[in-house]
Amino acid sequence: MMSSRTSEKIAFLFLFLATLLIVVPVGLIIVIIIQKGWPAISWEFVSDIPRQGMRAGGIFPAIVGTIYIVLGSIIFALPIGLLAAIYLSEYAKNNYLNRMIKLAIVNLAGVPSVVYGLFGLAIFVIFFKFGASILSGSLTLAIMILPIIITTSREALESVPYSFREVSYSIGASKWQTIRHIVLPNAIPGILTGTILGLGRAAGETAPILFTVAAFYLPQLPKSLFDQAMALPYHLYVISTQVPNVDEKVRYGTALVLLFLVLFMNLVAIIIRYQFRKKKKW
Amino acid sequence: MRKYKEFVIEKLILLCGLASIFFVLLIFLFLLKEGISLFSTITLKRFLFGKNWYPISDPAELEILPLILGSFWVTLGAAIISIPIGVGCAIYIAEVAHPKLKEILKTGIELLAAIPSVVLGFIGMVTLVPWVKEVFNLPTGLTALSGSVMLAFMAMPTIVSIAEDALYSIPKTYKEGSLALGATHWQTIYRVLLPAASSGIVAAVMLGVGRVIGETMAVMMITGNAALLPHSILQPVRTLTATIAAEMGEAVVGSEHYFALFAIGIVLFIISFVINVTADTFLHKKK
Repeated sequence: MMSSRTSEKIAFLFLFLATLLIVVPVGLIIVIIIQKGWPAISWEFVSDIPRQGMRAGGIFPAIVGTIYIVLGSIIFALPIGLLAAIYLSEYAKNNYLNRMIKLAIVNLAGVPSVVYGLFGLAIFVIFFKFGASILSGSLTLAIMILPIIITTSREALESVPYSFREVSYSIGASKWQTIRHIVLPNAIPGILTGTILGLGRAAGETAPILFTVAAFYLPQLPKSLFDQAMALPYHLYVISTQVPNVDEKVRYGTALVLLFLVLFMNLVAIIIRYQFRKKKKW
Repeated sequence: MRKYKEFVIEKLILLCGLASIFFVLLIFLFLLKEGISLFSTITLKRFLFGKNWYPISDPAELEILPLILGSFWVTLGAAIISIPIGVGCAIYIAEVAHPKLKEILKTGIELLAAIPSVVLGFIGMVTLVPWVKEVFNLPTGLTALSGSVMLAFMAMPTIVSIAEDALYSIPKTYKEGSLALGATHWQTIYRVLLPAASSGIVAAVMLGVGRVIGETMAVMMITGNAALLPHSILQPVRTLTATIAAEMGEAVVGSEHYFALFAIGIVLFIISFVINVTADTFLHKKK
């Protein structure tokens, strides 16, 4: 019979090993991408159009396309998401409807990304006749990131102490005035965190933009909302699977730029949240 | 005037509050609208349980059992890998790790969740796939196993963060009571904390698995995409998601093939709906 101290040591060792099994491969993935992608990074790589059938040149149109699509999606998702969060935190009563809304948010977050792609194709590209365009892609991604924005904004709003609201009511402010001038300003860092997380998610997704906006190869920049655009994640997919004989350096370089973009946004969001929690006055 | 303005704003807020319900219904309706026509030419039973997926032969055969099994094997493999590791890591973060290390690990897990699936797919292609080919001496490393390993890394962040939350939200008195009775920390964890957090951990596992079933890009890049009935985890398979992503570009709008891809979308939507609703019930069980 093992002593309970020994079995505890063994158990904790296994827990530690499990943690290592996640941390080490992830660290390796990031190190490999940086190591092999870094030599590809140059001013030309991020500012030139793809050349020689995407085997050389740069990825500028894909970067710009991703920025357009992501900004487009946040323009749609932020107002709706923020107002929805205000509803849930300030207006909703604890009833059946509220429960349904929360369940809908959970489901929206769980819908597979490729199903969003199908939905975007059916409604925006075909039904509303927007075609494969930045508008269709942005709208599709907007609905996909809505749950992230609602959930994080709601948490931020709910973390504002109730006493703040009571003071505001007691000096005669209306409900909306209280929300507008007291609750929202105190929740801004949390809302910002959610927005950036949403941006990061939208920037990295491929499946929802496959049929709604992404162009295989488009060497010029999009001129209007109704143009197709290249996008970084789709570009990485294309050059790693669809185009033969692409220099490995170019693939790793593209992966590095995408990874950097997404992780940078997430890191910024995490730092804002961390600072906000530290500085909290209440 | 101000009253009027507030009235409009509050109605707008209500409307946005209902938006999530509206969008869930809208997604389902549009999938249904495009997918339902398929069932005028093929029965539901044959669509789900038939063995032949030959969308471009004439007449097209649109039966998705190979795809369902493809998704099933990849998901099962990923679950077997990710559940013990994920839950173990969650316990380590929640109970064992030093507070400073805990913060770092949680940030790391969050960043892992943020890595785009296409990047994981790419890395899987250039590192894991050649390795699997070598080790198992296969004609190709693009197999269900490769997909499972890579997807396990997409399930783990979900499992870790939700299970860690569940462990963290157990009242501290449970732990103190057990320790006061002379139990060791480990005995407390597996006799008191794990049972108390069990419904949250079940939900964590379900949501992790849900994420794997819905994953598209990584799976399309590394599982080989052969729409045949899989016999072993070392064969190429094709999942439901990868089929949609790979074929929708070529399907003619309004063709049977197009309808069938939307019908697969309905199947995926229903699977994710069931998983999420069940997981949500588990999460709210104790409250």
